[in-house]
Amino acid sequence: MQPREIINTTEFNLIIKRLAFQLIENHTDFQDTVLIGLQSKGVYLAERLKKVLLEIKPDLNLEVGYLDITFFRDDFRRTTKPLLANETKIDFIIEGKKVVLIDDVLFTGRTIRAGLDAMLAFGRPDLVELLVLIDRRYKRHLPIQPSYVGKIVDSITSEKVNVEWKEMEGEDKVLMYSSEN
Amino acid sequence: MQTLSVDHLLGIKDLTKADIDLIFSTADEFKDVINRPIKKVPSLRDITIANLFFENSTRTKLSFELAEKRLSADVINFASGSSSVKKGETLVDTVNNILSMKVDMVVMRHPNPGAHQFLSRNIDAKIVNAGDGAHEHPTQALLDSFSIREKLGEVGGKKVVIVGDILHSRVALSNIYALQKQGAEVMVCGPATLIPKYISSLGVKVEHNLQKALAWCDVANMLRIQLERQDSKFFPSIREYTMQYGLTMDHLKNLDKEIIVMHPGPINRGVEITSEVADSHQSIILNQVENGVAVRMAVLYLLASKINR
Repeated sequence: MQPREIINTTEFNLIIKRLAFQLIENHTDFQDTVLIGLQSKGVYLAERLKKVLLEIKPDLNLEVGYLDITFFRDDFRRTTKPLLANETKIDFIIEGKKVVLIDDVLFTGRTIRAGLDAMLAFGRPDLVELLVLIDRRYKRHLPIQPSYVGKIVDSITSEKVNVEWKEMEGEDKVLMYSSEN
Repeated sequence: MQTLSVDHLLGIKDLTKADIDLIFSTADEFKDVINRPIKKVPSLRDITIANLFFENSTRTKLSFELAEKRLSADVINFASGSSSVKKGETLVDTVNNILSMKVDMVVMRHPNPGAHQFLSRNIDAKIVNAGDGAHEHPTQALLDSFSIREKLGEVGGKKVVIVGDILHSRVALSNIYALQKQGAEVMVCGPATLIPKYISSLGVKVEHNLQKALAWCDVANMLRIQLERQDSKFFPSIREYTMQYGLTMDHLKNLDKEIIVMHPGPINRGVEITSEVADSHQSIILNQVENGVAVRMAVLYLLASKINR
């Protein structure tokens, strides 16, 4: 069975634009705000948001970091997930800053839990918000809720939601794979 | 899932090129971790590691202990001098007693070559060789290659000369295996009495003239003269050794290129290397020590992932 397209390119870009405006609404000039994308796919979203934010407000001084959570996972030795870490690139101190953590899909919440933990190595932020493109609600293992959501998707555990990026797969879209695939 | 092809790190001889690459790319990220304000990750929080040192060590022991603690493992230490080994206990008994305290991994240094192989067949724990006699010292070779890779971009195609007491050196043998697996060329240099007779069967070049060896190489790894392992005289005097094989600034100035100088430590200043060279900008001796922690973290992390729950 073919995967079902749940967000097409037009919708995708509208959603990103809306998220950017929502960020501006809350953070105005981003004076004390930093964006941190979670490796690997959250990084694409963070970079795309940065691009859109700069189109809206070209004089914005925006800091974007990448955070890898591999060593902070709670399923080490319990999973076949890759052990190999990605690059963490945070060239600023987050002490006293407002941090917007960014990931593509929020599912169980365990990645975000690890992200919160990993982030503390770079200081104590004043405030942490969570921005996700897709929120697979009702599937949370932890009490974690996003502050900004692109789209809420109802799905069952065996289904898989995959965000594709122009930079990687050639087209911006979100696909849902059902369990038969 | 990318994972090591081995269950223990007994020697470089057992590793593949892919294993070495995996260890290095993991160590890159751990090097980033240990340079943060908070230098610790929780990966090994449910793992207990025993450091068993049946032979003296300062930096290797400290480096392993720090690597273990940076990974949040629980650590116990053991030195043979103050233990029941002196009362006649066998190696397997000693280690099994320690394992019955629920230890998951053993980092061991032992004077007998092959002690780790023997142990790995007889006990149920992941074993990391921290040096076995004059046989192998795999983590030292890994951190040496990692340091070359960091400085020169890659190890493949580089020319490395190992100078000094090759006969008694576990660092030399592990380095030869590691460098060759990554496609580097290796030469050994030293007095004929300290070069093993069949070393060329490993595919390494042999040179007895230090200046010629330096002219050939990109990297010179200077080994310490291991007086404690020499039960007979291999050269007339330390002074004569230094005259022939001690690395000085003059050697470096006579070259038409800048080579990298390494040393596994501890340094005997003024014997195999002068203070001036050891402290020069061409020396990466202290980078080696820093990289040692990152590389050992990578090895422990990758082996720990293979422990069954």
